[in-house]
Amino acid sequence: MIAFLVRRVIQAVGVFLAVGIIAFSMFRFVGDPVNQIVSIDTPYEERVKLRASLGLDDPIPLQIARYIGRAATGDFGISYQFRQPVSALFAERLPATLELAFCASVFAMVFGIVLGVVAALRRGTALAGTLETVSLLGISLPTFLIGILLIYVFSETLRWLPSFGRGDVVRIGGWTTGFLTWSGLKALVLPSITLGLFQMTLVMRLVRAEMLEVLRTDYIRFARARGLKTRAIHFGHALKNTLIPVITIAGLQLGSVIAFSIITETVFQWPGMGFLFLQAVQNVDIPIMAAYLLLVAFIFVVINLSVDLLYTAVDPRITISGGRAT
Amino acid sequence: MSAAPLRPPGRLARAWDSDIGYAFRRSPVAMLSTLVVLLAVGASVLAPWLAPQDPFDPTQLDLMDGMTPPLGTNEITGRTFWLGTDPQGRDLVSAILFGSRISLLVGFASVILSMAIGISAGLVAGYLGGRTDALVMRIADVQLSFPAILVALLVFGIFRGVVPPARQEEATLSVLILAIGLSNWAQYARTVRATTLVEKGKVYVEAARLIGLRPLAIMVKHVLPNVTGPVLVIATINLALAIIEEATLSFLGVGMPPTQPSLGTLIRVGQGYLFSGELWILAFPALALIVLSLAINLLGDWLRDALDPKLR
Repeated sequence: MIAFLVRRVIQAVGVFLAVGIIAFSMFRFVGDPVNQIVSIDTPYEERVKLRASLGLDDPIPLQIARYIGRAATGDFGISYQFRQPVSALFAERLPATLELAFCASVFAMVFGIVLGVVAALRRGTALAGTLETVSLLGISLPTFLIGILLIYVFSETLRWLPSFGRGDVVRIGGWTTGFLTWSGLKALVLPSITLGLFQMTLVMRLVRAEMLEVLRTDYIRFARARGLKTRAIHFGHALKNTLIPVITIAGLQLGSVIAFSIITETVFQWPGMGFLFLQAVQNVDIPIMAAYLLLVAFIFVVINLSVDLLYTAVDPRITISGGRAT
Repeated sequence: MSAAPLRPPGRLARAWDSDIGYAFRRSPVAMLSTLVVLLAVGASVLAPWLAPQDPFDPTQLDLMDGMTPPLGTNEITGRTFWLGTDPQGRDLVSAILFGSRISLLVGFASVILSMAIGISAGLVAGYLGGRTDALVMRIADVQLSFPAILVALLVFGIFRGVVPPARQEEATLSVLILAIGLSNWAQYARTVRATTLVEKGKVYVEAARLIGLRPLAIMVKHVLPNVTGPVLVIATINLALAIIEEATLSFLGVGMPPTQPSLGTLIRVGQGYLFSGELWILAFPALALIVLSLAINLLGDWLRDALDPKLR
């Protein structure tokens, strides 16, 4: 168990280091950092001096170590377009993205599970057929079109919900939240649905498939034979066992929620990290791009690691020998 | 002997008679979506001859035609447009034809690129095994858990930083193909590797090795034909994904420029006029994109079921 743990942690660190080197290479070799700082008429000698003082003449491995070391303490350099530290920009926008991702995930899980169960239990009916079609549409429709469609219907035509921004936010310490005001809550609805819809269809298909599988097993048949109520069998026995894979997949999908938030945030002008990242791509703001890459890699590594560890903790059938689950 | 010698049935006839052919004839969904895809591909290949105007050529656009509603006649110039025009006087039928051309080009080219990378990586990893396998698969794992759109955006961002601005517009198409192609190879690698691992242990591969064939020849000539089915399924579904990815990038403003609009760029342009009542500028390109990706997705779903009934 300990060997497995150590091996997994080493692997995670390896992945993270590799991404760190990619991020550093972007930072260092895409465009000249010195050119981004000085003005056009800075004399050559001063550029050389600046280059030395920034440590850009040191051996590359040393520079990599320094970059990763700084990143570990939260120093990602200074944004080219905003002339502010990247970490401050991130801290300002992180709450918006996290609140959006949280609401989208809750929406996806709740509706995905409920609709999936309905589709499985009412198999062969018109309702289940409709759900199937809708889920196929949800996968075929690009996220940005869903966003535009929702804005058109609910903001432009019906005028129920705002089409952009976070509404009024309350600042608590370093955190801004939209949960505490009416306009903040209203502003969360459309972006959360847009972001969560793809996840929802995924969860729904998964729950449906798992549920159908479980309902065929012997212990369900036995439960029926014992004369338990259908309701108790469906929700007490069947649903519980379908949820383990669903939660795993949903956890692993968290990374893609964050990536798709780039699209959603752009459509809704949501002041979060994804919007910031897109602006950075458009304006070649390398420090922000590199830092975003590192952050996503960090989230991904942590999620994967915890899923691996949880798996071995939750399911005793998975035995570990030398790091390979058999 | 007066009867004509029995000719072996042609390739097409054999394909029509095969299991897949039978499944195809029995599935209206598959036939309909094939028809849609063929129509779309045909229309976009023939776009320069079919389209009433060349939307990329500014001299053919008349600003006076701008904002003509669908099926309406422009009040100033007296010309009629089936699907209306955008503010630049661009006929939407032509714009969609040329736009799908770019979308499909990027889609096919990037799928071929991902296939090439993925298949070679999978074959090498599966056949050589050991450290190579571990390394390649770890990279594929990392790649798979990074969402494609993020990888594509990063490649695009690096391109913006490296290529001088003056040359960016002409290079955009190739960079889009590269970015999307690079972000989708891992799935092929996984599938191909899994099949290679199975096939590697079979007797015929051992025999091929015994008669002294080189590893490369064994991989390409003997192992590769076994993976065509699953790879074809992944490729079809990936084509739809690649087209959506291209549209998304263009919509986000990091894809095709408005002077050479793809479907995504047209939607981006149309979004600005949605709220002033000119719905059609957005609706028709969006509809084209949805129909195209839905048809390809349905085709992919059907292909998967037809090739492997166990997967249902």
